[in-house]
Amino acid sequence: MIVAAIISVACFGLRPGIDFVGGAVADVHYTGTAPEVSTITTSLDTAGFTGSVVRETGDNAFFVRTKHITDEDEHGKLSQALSLGGTAQYEETNFTYVGPVVGQELRQKAWIAIVAVIVAIVLFIAFAFRQVSKPVSSWVYGAMAIIALVHDVIVPTGAFAVMGMFFPGYEIDVLFVTALLSILGFSIHYTIVIFDRVRENLKRDGREHTGNTFAETVGKSLRETMTRSINTSMTVLVVIAALFFIGSPSTRPFAFILFIGIIVGTYSSIFLAAPLLVAINDMREKREGKNKKTKKRR
Amino acid sequence: MQTGKKKRILAGMNWKIRITALFILLAGSALGYVVYWSEIAKENSFPFRYGLDLSGGTHLTYTADVSGVTHGEENTAMESLRDVIERRVNLFGVAEPVVQTERGSVLAGTGDDYRLVVELPGVTDVDAAVNMIGQTPFLDFRLEQPNTQAIIDAKIAAQKLLQGGGDISSVDPLALQNPYADTGLTGRYVESAQLEFNGTTNEPIVSLKFNDEGAKLFAQITRDNVGKTLAIYLDRSPISTPVIREEITGGSAQISGSMNPEEAKTLVGRLNSGALPVPITLASTSSVGPSLGMQARDAGVRAGIIGLLAVVLFMILWYRLPGFIASVALVIYTILMLAIFKLVPITLTAAGIAGFILSVGMAVDANILIFERMKEELRRSHAYNDERGETTELDVAVKEGFARAWTSIRDGNISSMISAVILFWFGTSIVQGFALTFGIGVLVSMFSAITISRTLLVAIAPRLHKGAARFFFNSGVSLR
Repeated sequence: MIVAAIISVACFGLRPGIDFVGGAVADVHYTGTAPEVSTITTSLDTAGFTGSVVRETGDNAFFVRTKHITDEDEHGKLSQALSLGGTAQYEETNFTYVGPVVGQELRQKAWIAIVAVIVAIVLFIAFAFRQVSKPVSSWVYGAMAIIALVHDVIVPTGAFAVMGMFFPGYEIDVLFVTALLSILGFSIHYTIVIFDRVRENLKRDGREHTGNTFAETVGKSLRETMTRSINTSMTVLVVIAALFFIGSPSTRPFAFILFIGIIVGTYSSIFLAAPLLVAINDMREKREGKNKKTKKRR
Repeated sequence: MQTGKKKRILAGMNWKIRITALFILLAGSALGYVVYWSEIAKENSFPFRYGLDLSGGTHLTYTADVSGVTHGEENTAMESLRDVIERRVNLFGVAEPVVQTERGSVLAGTGDDYRLVVELPGVTDVDAAVNMIGQTPFLDFRLEQPNTQAIIDAKIAAQKLLQGGGDISSVDPLALQNPYADTGLTGRYVESAQLEFNGTTNEPIVSLKFNDEGAKLFAQITRDNVGKTLAIYLDRSPISTPVIREEITGGSAQISGSMNPEEAKTLVGRLNSGALPVPITLASTSSVGPSLGMQARDAGVRAGIIGLLAVVLFMILWYRLPGFIASVALVIYTILMLAIFKLVPITLTAAGIAGFILSVGMAVDANILIFERMKEELRRSHAYNDERGETTELDVAVKEGFARAWTSIRDGNISSMISAVILFWFGTSIVQGFALTFGIGVLVSMFSAITISRTLLVAIAPRLHKGAARFFFNSGVSLR
C-alpha cells in the first residue's frame, strides 16, 4: 500500500495549493452564456496569466487558479481577462489571493506542526507506558506507533494524489495538512487503545503467571479490542461520510482524506503497530539468546 | 461475605445516582431549549458567530514595514496602525469589522514580520475593499543634510545622462542616495488636517495640526535647524520643500506644492481619517460571496444533523439500551457544545464545523470503549457465576466497565488534545477554527462520556442480569 501510494504520488504528483506557493484562486459564475473553458484559458494566457487552471464546476460556474499573480493590484487585470475584455458578465463568488511570503511561511509552519505532533506523541507514549518496560521498552511502543503513523500519512496522501488528477480543489493546502494532523491524532488514539490493553494484559500475566508469550498476549489484546476498534471507526466514518456528501464543498477534500486516513489508521493499528511490537521482541530475544544463554520462558 | 450489606449500600447509592441522572436530563433539555429559543428569537443576545467563509465577506492581510520604527516601539506603532485602519473601516459603515495585528511565527523564521488582518463581513468586492483601506498616504518630514544639494544635483545630472543614452555604470553613486534625512516626525503625530487656499496664488494648502508629542518633536526640529530645508514626503516622494525660518512651537505646519484642489482634498480626508504610522502592503486576500457562504453553512448544519442521526442509529442497533443512553449523552453533548459556541463566543468557520462534526464521532468512542469493556465483564462473570448457579450483578459490571475503560480513554484523549493544541498553536486562522472546536469537543466529550452516560446507565441498570435486562444489555450483533 505504501508502495502504491508513493507510486501514485510520483506519477500524478501533488498539486500544492496557493496557500503554500502563493497565487490566486477564484470561483466565478457567468450570468449570461458561459464561454468555453478554452476561451477563458486563452484570454488568461494573453493577459499574462499563463498556465492558469480553469475547470467547469457547475452550470456556468468555473474554478480558476493562477500562480502568476504576485500583487493584489493584478486582480483588476484578472477580472478583465475573465470577462473576456468586458464581453461576458460574471459574478465572483470567491476570491483568494496569497502573497509568496505568506505562502512560504505557511509551508514552514505546516512542517513544524507535523514534526511537533509526532515528537509530542512519541514522548507521550513513552511516558504513558513507562511502567511497561518488559519485555520491550516503552520507547519501542512509541517508535512502533510512529511507524504506523508514517504509514497512515503516506497512504492517504497517495489517494489524494489520485483524486487530484480528476477533481479541482484536491490540492495540498492548509486544510490538507490539518486533515493529516487529525489522522495522526486518530491513529495514535487507536494504537493507544490496543497498547493499553497489552499493558493491562502484561500486568495480569505477570500477576497470574499465565505463562503466555509476548506474542500470545499481544494477540489476545488485539482480539479483545477488535470490536471496539471497528465500531469506533464506523461511527467516525459515518460522520465523515455525512461531511463528504452533504457538507460544504470547501471541506469535501478534507473529508475525503480523513475518510481514507481513518480506514488506514484502523488497519495500521491492528495489523501494523501491534504485530511490529511482537517482531521487535522476537528479534531482541534472538539476539539475547545468542549473547547469553539465559533460559527464556518460550 | 458481607454481600447483603454491600448490596444495600449499592441500592442506596442508586437512588442518589437516579436523582442526579434526572437532574442531568432536565438540565440538558433546559439548556437545549435555551439554545433553540435563542436561535429563533428575534432579539438574539447570544447569536452564533459565523466566520467570513460562512457569512460572506472579505479577509485582507497586510504586511507592515516596521523598519522605520525605533526598535522596541514596533508594538506601539502596530497598535496605532490598527486604530487608524479601524477608524477608516468604521467610517465606511461596515458592520462588525475585525481589525487585528499579528506577529509572524518565530519558528518559521518570520518572527520580525508584523501583519495587520482586516475582516470585512458583507464586503465581497475585493478591489473596493482594498481601496477602502486605501493606498494610504504615508507622510513624513525629512531634513536637509550637508550634501543635500550635491545629491540633488547628482540626481539631475544622472537623469540627463540616462535620457541622453548614457550608461548606467557611469552615474555618480551620490545620485542613488537620499537627499534628505529621516527626522522621525511622521503622519502618526498628525492630529488633524485642514484644506486652505493661499490668498494670493490661490494654491491649495494643507495645514496640519500635530498632537502634543508631534508638536514637541516639530518644535525641536525647527529650533535646531533654522535656515535648513525640511522636506515633506508623501508616499516616499517629496511634495514640498519649505525652508525653516524660525522655531515653530505651536505644533502646526503647512503643506503646499504641486497639488490640485482635488488631490489636496483627498489628502486632507486621508490624513484626518488617520495617517498610517507605518507603511503597509497587501500580502493576501480572500473573499466569499454571501450566497456561497450561506450554502456552506447550510451544508455544514445538514451534515452535522445527518452525522449525528447516523451515529445514534448505529449505537442503538449495536448496543441497544446502553447505545440509547450513549445517544442521549451525545445529544446533551451536542447541546453543551452549541451553548459553548454561543456563550464564549466562538466564531464558526467551515473548518470549525468540520472539527465539531468530527468530535461528534469521537465523542461516542469513549462510550464504545466502556460498553465493550462492560460486555467483557459480563461474559467473564457469567462464566464464573453460571457454574455456581448465581445471577450476575449487572450494576457491578457497568461500574467495572467504566473503571477499566478509563485508562485508555484518558490516554487516547490526551493524545487527541496534544494534536489539537499543536494545531492551534501553529495554525493559521482556518486551522485554528478546526483545532478549537475539535479540542473543546474532546474535553466536553470526555466529560459527557464519563459523567453523563455513566450516571444515566448506572441509574437505570437493573441489579440482576437476566430476562429482559439480559436482552437490552447485550449487543444487537454478537461476534461470539
